[in-house]
Amino acid sequence: MYDALIGPFVEFEFMRRALVGAIALSLGGAPVGVFLMLRRMSLMGDAMAHAILPGAAAGYLLFGLALVPMTVGGIAAGFAVALTAGLVARFTMLKEDASLAAFYLISLALGVIIVSMRGSNVDLFRVLFGSVLALDDPTLILLAAISTVTLVALALLWRPLVLDSVDPGFLRSVSRSGAPSHLVFLGLVVLNLVAGFHALGTLLAVGLMMLPAIAARFWGRDVTTLAAIAVGFGIASGYAGLVLSYNMETPSGPSIVLMAGVIYLVSLVFGPRGGLLPTYWPARHREA
Amino acid sequence: MSAVTIRDLTLGYDRHPAVHHLDGRIEAGAMLAVVGPNGAGKSTLLKGLAGAISPLSGAVEMTRSDRHAIAYLPQAAEIDRSFPITVFELVAMGMWRRTGLFGGLSRADRQGIEQALAAVGLTGFEGRTIGTLSGGQLQRMLFARLLVQDARLILLDEPFTAIDAKTCADLLDLVRRWNAEKRTVVAVLHDMETVRQAFPQSLLLARRAIAWGPTDEVLTPENLLAARRMTEAFDDHAGICAEAA
Repeated sequence: MYDALIGPFVEFEFMRRALVGAIALSLGGAPVGVFLMLRRMSLMGDAMAHAILPGAAAGYLLFGLALVPMTVGGIAAGFAVALTAGLVARFTMLKEDASLAAFYLISLALGVIIVSMRGSNVDLFRVLFGSVLALDDPTLILLAAISTVTLVALALLWRPLVLDSVDPGFLRSVSRSGAPSHLVFLGLVVLNLVAGFHALGTLLAVGLMMLPAIAARFWGRDVTTLAAIAVGFGIASGYAGLVLSYNMETPSGPSIVLMAGVIYLVSLVFGPRGGLLPTYWPARHREA
Repeated sequence: MSAVTIRDLTLGYDRHPAVHHLDGRIEAGAMLAVVGPNGAGKSTLLKGLAGAISPLSGAVEMTRSDRHAIAYLPQAAEIDRSFPITVFELVAMGMWRRTGLFGGLSRADRQGIEQALAAVGLTGFEGRTIGTLSGGQLQRMLFARLLVQDARLILLDEPFTAIDAKTCADLLDLVRRWNAEKRTVVAVLHDMETVRQAFPQSLLLARRAIAWGPTDEVLTPENLLAARRMTEAFDDHAGICAEAA
């Protein structure tokens, strides 16, 4: 038991680093995911995750597998795609989801081509699926910094974000903070996706952001509780995924996301708030 | 205090006027009903007063401090009822002007929210999520938020539609109490009985003002007939209004 569940983390530094990375990712990403879900933007996270690839890839092309250029490139590309998609939606007849889909597909194709121009298939594999078992100090510090910034920003923007989601008309009538807070929120999405990109790669960067948030929807009844549950689910899937990966020798990034998926499936069936069992096999009802 | 002057106000969409060259004054502490047929521009007028849309021409004049003391209940509040938020938290949003982005709720604020919920008969609903409320309960909750907003000018767009008689009477009492506290109330209403009973002043609107004044002088059969003759559709080929120049 000890050998399977705790031993690997005591014995190997890379396992401890990976766990710390997963915790940092969950702390920042999961609450952001809760808001994405509540604003019906769940798929937008996925699209944005692909959109950061060409920027990160350009950084890689010029400087190799280096943290700073790939991070800066990723953030720049993420913002560029988010902004362009928003502008196209505003000034043409296309809706935002359509223009976002167009831009992220272009980005993904461009990114893969840029990576393969210089690198080997190993590098491409690493860009697409991340390297959670090879997090060095600067990367860990970056992940921790991003989750710190995210938590502080969410604390400051909590009220307008909630109100803009539940009753945007009312927010407009009392304050002008709706549009700026939405922009800052998009910035947080991009930052957390870049963090996810370093650990889990392009294709799974949103895994620890969306799956815990969506699973939490079956358990919590208000936004604050949802965010807390989502963070817990994220950390739990990080730990379980690493244990699975160590014992079964499966790739670690996909294992983590798969564990988050298992938590989601369990929530879907047993979750007390709208889960399948409580809905279709209800407990005996009360008198009033 | 909150007097609103409306000066040659035209409001509309895509250059088509929905409210056309309206002039008038809403005195501080007035209780004004806005009535008229569908498409007469009643909701548009309220949006204009609330500052949610800007005029095509003309102006709504009020002091700056009044402009920040408006509470507006739209006809179809854009509320996402599936959003996980409790009744207490939603009503607490009415405190926005005092708490701003970060300010916390004082004990007095919390009591104020409890009192507002009690006033609309929703005591005991504090912890319920808004998705579990019925239509009438939701409307009561929105009135509680209006109470908490403590505004000087209160704009209500068809506040009693699809509400049972008991709830309607309760909410109307609240509106009367606001007026007794010298707040200005402007309400879009369809039920002429309610208007005659509770609103001393009326504006009969059919894009232009048909009549504006004491309710019994406004709601005459001739005026109502004149309002009904308004054509609803916009004319895509209409020329430029001569008065607009």
